[in-house]
Amino acid sequence: MIRKDQHLYLALLLPAIIVLLLFIAAPIINSFFLSFHRIIIGLPQLKTPFVALDNYLQLLKDPIARHSFFITIIFVALTTFFELLIGLFLALLIHHRFPGRGALRACVLIPWAIPTVVSAQMWRYLFNDAYGVINYMIFGANTNSYIPWLALPTTALSSIIVADIWKTSSFAALLILAGLQVIPEELYQAAKVDGAIVWQRFRHITWPLIRPALLIALLFRTIDAFRVFDLAFVMTQGGPADATNVLQLYGYKKMFVEGWMGYGSAVSVCIFIIVLVIAVAYVKMVGRRLLEANV
Amino acid sequence: MGKLPNKILFILGVFLAAAFSLAPFLWFVSAAFKDQTQITAIPPEWLPSFSVEAFSSTVTQHGIFHYLWNSVIVAGGATLVTIILGALAGYALARLSRGWAQITLMGILACAMFPQIAIVGPVWRFLKFMGWLNTYQGLILPYVALTLPLAIWILAVFFREMPEELESAALVDGCTRLGSLVRVIIPLSAPGLFTAAILTFIYAWNEFFLALLIMTDPARQTMPVGIALFQGEHTIPWGEIAAASLITTAPLIFMVLLFQRRIVTGLSAGAIKG
Amino acid sequence: MASLTLKGITKRFGNTIALSNIDLSVDDGEFCVLLGPSGCGKSTLLQIISGLTVQDEGSVILDNELVDHLSPRDRDVAMVFQSYALYPHMTVAQNLAFGLRMRGIPKDIIDKNIMDTANLLGIQDLLKRRPKELSGGQRQRVAMGRALVRRPKLFLLDEPLSNLDAMLRISVRLELMRLHKQIQGTILYVTHDQVEAMTLGDKVVVMKAGNIHQIDRPEVIYNRPADTFVASFIGSPAMNIFKGKIVADKKGLMFKGEDFSLNVKNIPSNLKNKPVEIGIRPEDIEISTGAENELKTKIEIVSNVGSEKYIYARIGSATLTARTKKDDNFKSGKDILLSINPSTLHIFYNGKRV
Repeated sequence: MIRKDQHLYLALLLPAIIVLLLFIAAPIINSFFLSFHRIIIGLPQLKTPFVALDNYLQLLKDPIARHSFFITIIFVALTTFFELLIGLFLALLIHHRFPGRGALRACVLIPWAIPTVVSAQMWRYLFNDAYGVINYMIFGANTNSYIPWLALPTTALSSIIVADIWKTSSFAALLILAGLQVIPEELYQAAKVDGAIVWQRFRHITWPLIRPALLIALLFRTIDAFRVFDLAFVMTQGGPADATNVLQLYGYKKMFVEGWMGYGSAVSVCIFIIVLVIAVAYVKMVGRRLLEANV
Repeated sequence: MGKLPNKILFILGVFLAAAFSLAPFLWFVSAAFKDQTQITAIPPEWLPSFSVEAFSSTVTQHGIFHYLWNSVIVAGGATLVTIILGALAGYALARLSRGWAQITLMGILACAMFPQIAIVGPVWRFLKFMGWLNTYQGLILPYVALTLPLAIWILAVFFREMPEELESAALVDGCTRLGSLVRVIIPLSAPGLFTAAILTFIYAWNEFFLALLIMTDPARQTMPVGIALFQGEHTIPWGEIAAASLITTAPLIFMVLLFQRRIVTGLSAGAIKG
Repeated sequence: MASLTLKGITKRFGNTIALSNIDLSVDDGEFCVLLGPSGCGKSTLLQIISGLTVQDEGSVILDNELVDHLSPRDRDVAMVFQSYALYPHMTVAQNLAFGLRMRGIPKDIIDKNIMDTANLLGIQDLLKRRPKELSGGQRQRVAMGRALVRRPKLFLLDEPLSNLDAMLRISVRLELMRLHKQIQGTILYVTHDQVEAMTLGDKVVVMKAGNIHQIDRPEVIYNRPADTFVASFIGSPAMNIFKGKIVADKKGLMFKGEDFSLNVKNIPSNLKNKPVEIGIRPEDIEISTGAENELKTKIEIVSNVGSEKYIYARIGSATLTARTKKDDNFKSGKDILLSINPSTLHIFYNGKRV
């Protein structure tokens, strides 16, 4: 390769790198910096004194933060599990060749394509306590026993989990589908010749070969689930009684509603570190596959 | 899938999947065509009366076109910038020597992993400092940053799969590197560029969190913010919300129906091929 | 047209040496073939000459002018690629015109050159088509046309026939020879196919692992291979090569192998008691009795290729390949006497021809 070309490549790379540095890398570093300061948006006259680990100590003592962490973990665990399960089911269906496969694929993509805000409003409508179709399907016309799903702590969190599963199972399905598509058809033919029935073919060929794709989908979804915000913001605003006050919503409220920029930054740094640990695992895994693919 | 019971099970599964994906949404948007008494009726009225009242009210009273226009500018602008920057960077990464390209791609991929909350405080302060809150560029630039990683990834994979001999031929035929990119590589990468553009557009069209923070002025708010903050006078205006949702979602559904294959390959390129 | 000279070209990829100190000169109008197994560096050499890759050491001299500092576009060479590398988004005519357009040649001259080239190659009817609407042979022609239309100083052809099926390959090969006679261009042609090299080349360069083993006319390469690699690489079926040593006998010097001994001729006496290798072409083995150097062997396999037959005969642990006429009738398992004329033997000491 000509050295001149290397310079050209770097020049081509530069604009993208600048945007990423300016709007992603620098803000992340800046968040660390801010988290060691007391910054209140509405009160610039207080300046921004350095407070060392005060924000973090406060964060550890805050029962709302602990609760928020706890429900976020529950949210992440349950949505990821069910999304992978349903995603696997959907992927197996779409992978199969049949008339109408394209139509089914389009159907499955729709929940993924619509804005999260729209799906949040949709589920708010479906979960309505007075005329929601979900109440009707469970209790019929007996409106007295209707459950105010979004107003009770336990059902509110479940409702958001259901909404998220509906919204993103199809994305998990796509990731798994990509894994299915690289399994050569000959393997199934060989297994058929060897006398394996449908279940055995799944158990001994599909399952072991899509495990890497499943693992990637798992990490991808886990990371993404930590970012939940839109659903909680629209459906419950974090309530009732902080039952759906997930971490990103908690951080948002501290920073932009209450104006505690420094404290909110400490929250965001904590979320960042949790996600970073997962991301590193992901990048390591994907990185190895990339290397293998390029040998 | 030879035996009959298997076939029945399979068809059942297909219907279940279709119903799971479509039924809730269809029920919701049907509210857009109902009047208020129909919406709150128990037992529910399955067939809407096809009243257009909700639509006319979203347009006249809530000024939905205004939000739509903002969304078009922000999502369109972000897509344009992302594709240009992504194509240049993706090409460079596809041709750069393996080791460096690898590390850079990893770094870029890592950028896509971070939760928005981790960047949003400083980004907000930066935009405030620049006076870019409530401006189009103030939302477009963060969107570009958030969509670039996937776009670069898709395009780098795409460019790498393009035979290098084609580019060599262009060079021997008398092109410069940049000339071969513009005259040969880019025209041939239309499918890849298109895929990356669709995914970027969908992301920017749907994004809510940053839009909520950066666009506090209703005159600049995008559709998702408008829908999330929809206010009625006394009751929740479900008809109008559903109508607005349908208007927001229609272009996306259109894209999904037309380009589902590209979307599927594009998304899997981002995750699996990488 | 122009001559080409390479001086001390060396190229490393990391720790592996792709080309080591390559010297080569190709005369004006000469058809020079680079022949070698895959990975021998012949394609890398072509890339260096075209300017697509830059050498670590050495220089490329084209038309008595140093071109090391020039980019591919300024070297005025044309290249035909193994995959043809036709621009899929352009028609055949646009493909042909591209290189001329990039050099700012006026449209009427471009059109004239395209027509001339299309007539020369018989692709006039294809000009409006796109590459994907062409057959393999047609694509190959267009790729050739794209090089020809430019009238460059030098043609570089990188395995241009390897994507064609066997029948087509022979006819295109003949056409290439005709074309070369017609245009008198300087051609550097890379292949791993010895038949292509022998039939096409005015000069053949045999390469292996980044080194040139022999440069000569095809008949010399075949008749007087410079070393054991060239000897074993050229010729099909391959030359029989055996290890042994030269010993003195009452009649003179003899080759003594593990399984048999042969009288040899014209050997410098200082090779006495030295380890050597001898090579015997299958066609130099005669199936007759009473001649010199008679070997008693047993037929293992008879392989019939139609125009002739090959006998794989065993003597001790060694196997000899011999060529016979198509009508000869041999059965495997039978004993057979083979004889070898000492003057046809190739003798190598330290791998080099003696």
